[in-house]
Amino acid sequence: MKSTAESSSVSLAVETSGLGKSFGNHQALRGIDLKVAAGSTLAVFGPNGAGKTTLIKILASIMRPTSGSVLVEGLELRDNAEKIRSKLGLVAHQSYLYANLSAWENLDFYARMYGVEDRGKRIGEVLELVGMTTRRHDRLSTFSRGMQQRVALARALLHKPSILLLDEPETGLDQQALSAMWDIIHRDNCGRTTIFTSHSFERALPVCDDVVILERGRIAYKEQTCNLNLDSLKQKYQECTQAVGK
Amino acid sequence: MKFWPRVMAIAWKDILSELRTKEIISSVLVFAVLVLVIFDFAFDLAPNLMLEIAPGVLWVAFAFAGVLALNRAFIPEKEENCLEGLMACPVGREAIYVGKALGSLFFMLLVEAVILPIFALLFNIAVLQPELIVVTLLATVGFVAVGTIFSALAVNTRARELVLPILFLPIVSPIIISAVKASALALGGTGWGGMTSWLSIILAFDVIFMVVPFLVFPYVIEE
Repeated sequence: MKSTAESSSVSLAVETSGLGKSFGNHQALRGIDLKVAAGSTLAVFGPNGAGKTTLIKILASIMRPTSGSVLVEGLELRDNAEKIRSKLGLVAHQSYLYANLSAWENLDFYARMYGVEDRGKRIGEVLELVGMTTRRHDRLSTFSRGMQQRVALARALLHKPSILLLDEPETGLDQQALSAMWDIIHRDNCGRTTIFTSHSFERALPVCDDVVILERGRIAYKEQTCNLNLDSLKQKYQECTQAVGK
Repeated sequence: MKFWPRVMAIAWKDILSELRTKEIISSVLVFAVLVLVIFDFAFDLAPNLMLEIAPGVLWVAFAFAGVLALNRAFIPEKEENCLEGLMACPVGREAIYVGKALGSLFFMLLVEAVILPIFALLFNIAVLQPELIVVTLLATVGFVAVGTIFSALAVNTRARELVLPILFLPIVSPIIISAVKASALALGGTGWGGMTSWLSIILAFDVIFMVVPFLVFPYVIEE
């Protein structure tokens, strides 16, 4: 298992130093130092408002940080945002898909935006991967939440990103849809770096190499999963969130 | 990165989505035709007086129909937070602005192409004049260019139907006033010579309204 890179010999997919983000007087992120090894999977936990979504949005270059720096595959995010975005796939709470367009039309649009070559073939591949081939010409508005999330995942994988960012992708999904989603992510994972936020220790722990617990915009805890089990992670989470709450 | 293919993808996506629902086109057309019909019944004037009032009526219909259309321009991006999806794409924020503006320009021109013959019928005025078409095209470009950025600003506010006209109409009024004046001259048969000053004003505002939003748009959508 690869893990959050603490040694300089490991190639890093993502490196943040002193990352901060303020919204007026509210500091959503404070001095986040993170190193994520290429090909590893990092799970980010934290209570609501801890800064998980803000972190993902900054890494996806949707949001600009107030302070600090982000390196993605050795490139400074601030100066190379467009180039870096072509390496990233993003799945968020919402699908980023247009309700009036079909699954195929949505994917075709995003394939154009990402400059995917041989669009038709690739769209066919990702639709098959997520098991939505038969519904490809149906409008998104006719899909269930689980189906929409599958197409959202297809959208994120369309351009074969080397880094996949998932912001609570489990939101609104039933157990079956959840299993299908993680199965798809693993099936299509060819050395990809994955960073995801979650509230489910049970589901996240088996699939990640490292965990980080965010609390009020700070990293309260980080550890490799090989040194953790479910109970110790839950206990750490309680300690981190209660300690700050006092 | 390839700027124009992305811009055209965004514009085409908007057009395709609108052709499915016809939400913007149908509501805007009904509104604009109603405005023309109401003014037609309200003023029962001699033909020479009609020529003085008609350009104003035409641009009232265009302007308010345009506000209606622009009000809805960013709503599809708000649903399912698609704007974030666009922002995550490997393309400059400016391409999003240009793509959205081109989509809106297409709808506006389409609506104007339908309104003009109805206007001609109701007011008994010949509209197939190159001068009027050029004025309409140039004024619509400026109208949409600045309207798109205000639409992006307004979409995140609670009272967006109020915010857009309140912010946008005062800013765009130089273009509307110039368009009314230039249209009156065009319909009066003055020819290009008499319209130069009004066309220059429209062109100048077109340039300002294209350049400034292009530069400002990334900041508008990011925070």
